[in-house]
Formats: sequence, C-alpha cells, structure tokens
Amino acid sequence: MTAARQAEPASQPLVEMRDIRVSFGGVHAVAGVNIDLHEGEIVGLVGGNGAGKSTLMKVLSGALVPDSGEVFVCGERAHLANPREAKAYGIETIYQTLALADNLDAPANVFLGRELTIGVGSLDDSAMENATRGVMGRLNPNFQNFKTPVVSLSGGQRQSVAIARAVQFNAKILIMDEPTAALGPAETAQVRNLIRQLKEEGLGIFLISHDIHDVYDLSDRISVMYHGRIVDTVRKDDVDTDAVLGMIILGKRPGDVTQEELAALR
Amino acid sequence: MANVADTAPVPGETRTTTSAARLREALSATEIDVRLFGMLVALAVILIGFQLLDSGFFSPANMVTLAVQAIPVAILATGMVLVIVSRNIDLSVGSLTGIIAMTYAMLMTDWLPNVLGMGVDFPFRWLIALLIGIVVGAAFGALQGFIIAYIGVPSFVVTLGGLLSIRGAIWYFSNGAAVTRLDPTFQLLGGGGRGSIGELLTWAIGALGCAFVVFALWNGRRQRRRFGFPVRPVWAEVAIGALGCAAMLGLAAFANGNYLPPGLATQYAQEHGIVEPPGGLKVPAGFPLPVILLIAVTVVMTWIATRRRFGRYVYAYGGNPDAAELAGINTRRTILLTFVVMGILAALSAAVVAARLNGATLDIGNSYELYVIAAAVVGGTSFAGGIGTIPGAVLGAFVMQALSYGLSFIGVNSPGQNVVAGIVLILAVAFDTWNRRRAAR
Repeated sequence: MTAARQAEPASQPLVEMRDIRVSFGGVHAVAGVNIDLHEGEIVGLVGGNGAGKSTLMKVLSGALVPDSGEVFVCGERAHLANPREAKAYGIETIYQTLALADNLDAPANVFLGRELTIGVGSLDDSAMENATRGVMGRLNPNFQNFKTPVVSLSGGQRQSVAIARAVQFNAKILIMDEPTAALGPAETAQVRNLIRQLKEEGLGIFLISHDIHDVYDLSDRISVMYHGRIVDTVRKDDVDTDAVLGMIILGKRPGDVTQEELAALR
Repeated sequence: MANVADTAPVPGETRTTTSAARLREALSATEIDVRLFGMLVALAVILIGFQLLDSGFFSPANMVTLAVQAIPVAILATGMVLVIVSRNIDLSVGSLTGIIAMTYAMLMTDWLPNVLGMGVDFPFRWLIALLIGIVVGAAFGALQGFIIAYIGVPSFVVTLGGLLSIRGAIWYFSNGAAVTRLDPTFQLLGGGGRGSIGELLTWAIGALGCAFVVFALWNGRRQRRRFGFPVRPVWAEVAIGALGCAAMLGLAAFANGNYLPPGLATQYAQEHGIVEPPGGLKVPAGFPLPVILLIAVTVVMTWIATRRRFGRYVYAYGGNPDAAELAGINTRRTILLTFVVMGILAALSAAVVAARLNGATLDIGNSYELYVIAAAVVGGTSFAGGIGTIPGAVLGAFVMQALSYGLSFIGVNSPGQNVVAGIVLILAVAFDTWNRRRAAR
C-alpha cells in the first residue's frame, strides 16, 4: 500500500481505516484494506460488483462489525458497533437502497431516530417539518410534498430526502452509495452540485459509484477496489479515466498492466 | 392521510369543474381521514339498516349494551394495531385476557384476603387487584416480546404457544372452577346501572370532548402558523369543530337517554328523597364506565402511536425494518414494548369482562384473538406492515359488534352471525385493497 501513502495529503486524516477484514462464510469480501479521508475531500471508491466497496463502507457506517481492523476518526480509535455509534462520530450514510420508511412523510424520515420533541417528550412535527423545509430549500427548492408518505415521491425526490437526512445533522463524514443511480440527468446534475457544496463546507465524503464519470468529475482521490483489496489510491489529476477503468477491470496498477491486456480492453 | 392542501396546483393544469371533483376538493381541504370517515359511514349504514328491519333496535339502551359488549375487543384492538403495524401478530390476547380475568377473581376472593390479609374493607382493593393484573399482563407481554424480538422466534409461533399454554394455565389457578363475587367497586368497571357515571358527569364528558376538539384544532393551527405553513381554510376548521362538538354532545345526550333499571331507580329515589311518580322514576344513566375507559385508552394509544417516539418507531419499522435499524432505532426494544403494551391492554380488557361477569370462568377471552385481529384489519390495518390507525381499529371493533348484535337482534343465531362476520371481514379488506390500488395509480 505504499502508493496510497504517497497520495496522502499532509494534514491529519478525518477518517483512517487500517487493515479492515470482513469475510462471509469463507469469502473474503474485504481482505485487509487501508483507506483514509480528509476534511473537504471527496474520495471516490470504485470497483466492479462484489469488489467490496459497499461492505467496506458498511464497516465505517457501523452497519457491519469487521472481523479485524481498526477505524480512527480524527486520530482517535472509534468504536462503531452500530449505526447509532457511527452517527455519534458524525458519520452519516446515504444507502444505495435508500433507507427510507416508505409509509412515513419526508420530515419523519429526515428525523427518523433523532426526532425533535416538545413538552413531555411528544414529537414536535411542526418543528421537524420546518427544519426539513429549511434543508430542502437548500437541496431541492422544488420539493413541496412534506405531508405525503415518501412512497408516492419520485426517485429524485426520495434521494433528496435521503440526502437531507444526512445533511440535517451536520455530518462530518458522509458516505454516499450510488447517490445518482436512480436519477434523471437534471436531478443527477443537481445532486452533483450538492455534493460539491457539501465538500466546500468541509465535509469528507466517500463516494461509491459504478459511474466512472461521477467519480472522476467529483473526486479528489480515487481508490480502486478489486476482489476485496485496494488496487491503488490515486490523485484524480494524475490519471485519466482509462487508467482507472483499467484498474477496475484488471485489478492492476497502470504500470503493471501489459500492452496486451490494454489492447484486450479496447 | 392525503394532504392535498399543501400541494400547490400545477400551473396550466386544467381544473376539473364537475360537481364530484368539487366535492372531492372540498373534502380534501378539510384534511379528514377519508378511510376513517368511510368507517363511520359504514357503521351508520349498519345501524340504520337494522333500525329499518326492527324499529326497536336503535334505542339508547340497546346502543349502550352494544358498546359495552364491543369494548373488551376494542381495547385489545388498539394494541393489536401496533403489533400488526410492526409486522407481528399476537394470537395470545384472548388467553391472556382470560388468565388475567381469573387472576382478578382469585385475588379478590382468595389471595388478597387469605394470603395478603386484605379483607373486604381494605381500602382500594379494586385498584390493587387492577394494578397486579396490569403487572401480570405486562410480564406475559414482556416474556413473549423478549422471545420474539431478542431470540427471534416468529411472533406467530410464540403467541400460538402462548394461546395454548396460557389458556391451559388458567385451569390450575382455580382447579377448573369458575370463581365469582368480586369487589363491589371493581364490579363498576363492567358498566350497568351502577357502573354508569350519571347525567351530569356525562354532560361534562361531552363538553370536555367538545372543548378538546376545539383545542386540538386551535393548537394544530397555531403550530402550523408558528412556522408559516399553509393552514386549512377557516370554513373547514369551523365545520370540523362544529361536527366534532355536535358528535360529542350528541353522544352524551344519547347516553343520557338510557335510564337506570327500575330497581336502581327506586333506590336512587329513596336516596335522594324523591317520591317516585307512577310508572317509575326515569333516571338518566349516562356513559357506562367501560365506555369512559375505552375513550381514555383510545386517546392515550392514539397519542402514543402518533405523538411519541415509540409510536413513530413502530410505524417506521413496519414501513421498512432495515431503514429503522439503519436509523439507529433500537428495533428489538420497540418490538418487545409493543407486546408489553398488548399485555397491559389485556389487563384492562380482562377487568371489564370480569367486572361484567362478577367473576371469571375458564373460557373468558376464548377466540378474542380472532375478533381483535378482525377489528384491526376491518379498521384499515395492513398485514404488509406500516399502515393502520388506532381510531380505525376501535371503529372496526364497533362495526363487527354492531353486525353481530344487530343480527342477533333480528333473530339470526350465532353460527349465522359468524358466517356474516367472516364474509364482511373479507369484503372490507378486498374493498380497501382495491381502493388503495386505485389511489396509488
């Protein structure tokens, strides 16, 4: 992993994951991964299906406890036994499967698990709606359906709700799993702008995506995973999309790829 | 649930001007839960239908009897909503009601006086018995809930086991005998002439209900104003307030149209130094205590379901268990608590049944689980999870009870009533499914 070290900026990382290992019944989904993330940085995490991207991020979000390995947040050893503990470290996740409760409305989803209360602990629905209107005004000004169950919303609107969920709670570290997969072109552009906006605000973002253009467009660094390992972590400016694609498909760093393999790719 | 008042009309959209559409617009402006409204209409249709078949049906005395009969199931149905919404089922509620009823009977006839030395004159014996019953219910619920939530045995299996074993355990409490003669104060929970709150208190409850409706409307409007959200048109607020008040006061007036039975009326006349007129004194009985209990349970359970974190988590889990888990909700604790709530409600339900019977038999609560589930489902609770309301389930219990009471009133026997109840259950859910699919399109 020496190459990863070279690509690292100097400041203390926001997140550092060391030698993470996860296996499911003998299959090494994540086999000894080191990765880090800094303030105001977007690290793209790419790889084919089953490369281990989502599994790795589940460890960081607390949804999965690794077999071994350590996670450091701002230099401190973090215990991430469940999503609640991860949220306490400012780690928020936007899941590929859009973890929304379909039968609840947008404010209920945004505040799920962290409801605002009033008086003797009763839910303060108006305050939650107000806060949701506030954050939605920033993310998606066209959004108006604050009282309907999210099941009746479009894909883009649902994605807005999912992102609002994370943004509302001043996340420091954001994990976005395929944030634009279900969106049309206009909505994709909107979400991309939003991701840049969040980066400007100093968040560290892990961006998981199949869409190499998404990643190349937004990321500062790109980590490529292949069969549970990190092939390489590179600065975006140092590589072109072809080199990244080569790593994704062949699982080899650009220098190690033979001319025949490259030819086979084309 | 549809809140159309919030969605601004799309510019350029052609506004429909048919009268049906205008009616729909007006209805949606009031933000009335259409489903609940439909249930009320169904209940009214059933009552009017039986009244047309037999003009003696819709009398205050009959309606009070009908209500008191529906109450044990209605109380349980409010809890069953939470259980079904969170994708579980509780088949043990009938047996649980039975064992707690027997507990009350044994407490008041044997255990309290003979074991704990609390004789007939001991103060608040009825309350002590009730509290012990609630603890027993909560404990059974917690045990079943623990096995379901933390060990992961399906609720169908756990509560089926509960249904069998708890029913069997009742036998050992009393060695197979029926136990009678409860505390006289406890008996009031069963309603009847003595267990009714009288004319004045009934009017007071009606007025309180009216005030509550007005307050709820005003508070809701104030909350939305606080943040400058769109509010209902004033005419809609006034219409709902007036309807709500009329309903509350109308119910009070109706309950006061039910008079004490002659024996009690004579006693009342003697106590108040009134000379009984020929043909007996007409003393309004007012709401029976179990009705007050049901109102309290419905209000509290609705509050828990809609205004408390616990309720929100129950619905979130029902809508998407993974989302609830990922949101950091302690889903196991939430599920366990739904069964604890169910156990507490079984204790309240058992109190009403035992008090009415003035004792307990081995078969109290037999097949209640079926009526309770039917009430919840007729009331709009979906087995897919995440959908269902407390007032809907209470109305569901009343619809089912009104049907069987009405059928027996016109002379249909018990098997015939079951045939109709079963068919109505299926039709109600079929209509609901069709209606939801239509609405989703």
